[in-house]
Amino acid sequence: MTLQSRRRAKNLVALAFATAASAFGLFWLAVILWTLLYNGVTGLSPVLVTEATPPPGSGAGGLGNAILGSLLMNGLAILVATPLGILAGTWLAEYARHSKFGEVVRFLNDILLSAPSIIVGLFVYELMVVPMHHFSGWAGAVALAIIAIPVIVRTTQDMLMLVPSSLREAAAALGAPRWRVITSVAYRAALSGILTGVLLALARVSGETAPLLFTALNNQFWSSDMNAPMGNLPVVIFQFALSPYDDWQQLAWNGALLITVAILLTNIAARMLAAGKKSSRG
Amino acid sequence: MESKSMQRPAAEAAEVEKIQIKDLRFYYEDYEALKGVTLTLHDKRVTAFIGPSGCGKSTLLRVLNRIYALYPRQHATGEVLLDGRNLLSKDIHVDSLRAQVGMVFQKPTPFPMSIYDNIAFGIRLHERVPGSEMDDRVESALRRAALWDEVKDKLKASGLSLSGGQQQRLCIARAIAIKPSVLLLDEPASALDPISTAKIEELIAELASDFCIAIVTHNLQQAARCSDYVAFMYLGELIEFGPTERIFSNPGHPKTVEYVTGRFG
Repeated sequence: MTLQSRRRAKNLVALAFATAASAFGLFWLAVILWTLLYNGVTGLSPVLVTEATPPPGSGAGGLGNAILGSLLMNGLAILVATPLGILAGTWLAEYARHSKFGEVVRFLNDILLSAPSIIVGLFVYELMVVPMHHFSGWAGAVALAIIAIPVIVRTTQDMLMLVPSSLREAAAALGAPRWRVITSVAYRAALSGILTGVLLALARVSGETAPLLFTALNNQFWSSDMNAPMGNLPVVIFQFALSPYDDWQQLAWNGALLITVAILLTNIAARMLAAGKKSSRG
Repeated sequence: MESKSMQRPAAEAAEVEKIQIKDLRFYYEDYEALKGVTLTLHDKRVTAFIGPSGCGKSTLLRVLNRIYALYPRQHATGEVLLDGRNLLSKDIHVDSLRAQVGMVFQKPTPFPMSIYDNIAFGIRLHERVPGSEMDDRVESALRRAALWDEVKDKLKASGLSLSGGQQQRLCIARAIAIKPSVLLLDEPASALDPISTAKIEELIAELASDFCIAIVTHNLQQAARCSDYVAFMYLGELIEFGPTERIFSNPGHPKTVEYVTGRFG
């Protein structure tokens, strides 16, 4: 066997393994999505949005209250996490890039980024639910915000780090003070990346179940009172999927499909933002 | 390409000292990049800094608008007098210093905004200018940078949509729009094609009648074509300084002879 043909053979084997591994992963993803689609489409109707979760066995009802609760808590969480995350990410990238303390904060943020979300739930339970003596939408939103913040911090920091320092120098050379360099030039150059981070954070929190179990719990009725327990899709899915009732199980499938589609759309939006940035650069 | 500046006699008007550099030393942390440079830059003249890579010529330029101060581990000692005031002293406000001393970098650095806003951004930093007057200011800056005819119909287009040479002229327009008295050009044409380079050189010759210009270049022909004075630097020291013609025709220092005849560098 010549050297070349031996290399070609090795290449072929490596390629075969890599392809098989990708196919294995994709196969199960496809099975999961197909099962979800197959079961989730059944019984899909406008009632899903307009009616609240039913008592078991009634055969009617929807997920309206859970959808509303999820929208409220996710929205509030992102609303709080976005400014905090962007400011902290800006500090890390622009002011503390070379400092030891910045290094420590960056490390802690990365730990928070991968912390199990149930711990965040327990933390907020101790922090808010126990002193208030009841579960609440507020507590749910806080837990979700704590999960979203490190995601936004990290992407903001990464995107600002990618802005070439020559661009900052050019702005400073015109006599722009530091805050103007950041707000007018660095943010502009990193804008689509930062927004992508916010959308990814939204996608991340909208599927979280564990932190909501300890904070917002659930509510089977329509409620927009953030000071009371609040319905939300992940916990409803959790509860209904484990129940013995067929109609509840069906609603869990519908809810799972809804969340998946929502996350998919958010991710597509994030992708489009990122791609739009690339083409405007070229 | 016959340069206009060569025909422009360096002594047509009295020489006015604009920047006096006295015993300037510069440190990147502990590394001494400039080892006591003393030199005078004249108003309305082009001074070219030449020398092999790492000789400190860009470093020297970066002292003149204190852009190095963006980085905490760099510092300079000595004196740099701009119109008699030491710009290294603590009570100098760097943002207003930079309004007086404009800088153009090696790679074009248009901001991610429209062509118009690229120019207006700098003006707004220092002045309150009503809209109609702003239009005039933007137009005159673009005209002076010989870019107006190419962009007048697409002022709202992104600065990033221009070609490399146009982007560099946009950066020059942006620098002169805020009416500085000194222009620092750090290898402004090294990333450009020959035609764009010729345009930039022409532009430098024209701007020389209004500004004190310091240009760093690796291109000796460029230094010969568009400067009135040449400063040759080597290993952080100023080896020789003098009128361009003399440095190239009759260099005094053996190192300068070697460099301008292309034996090293």
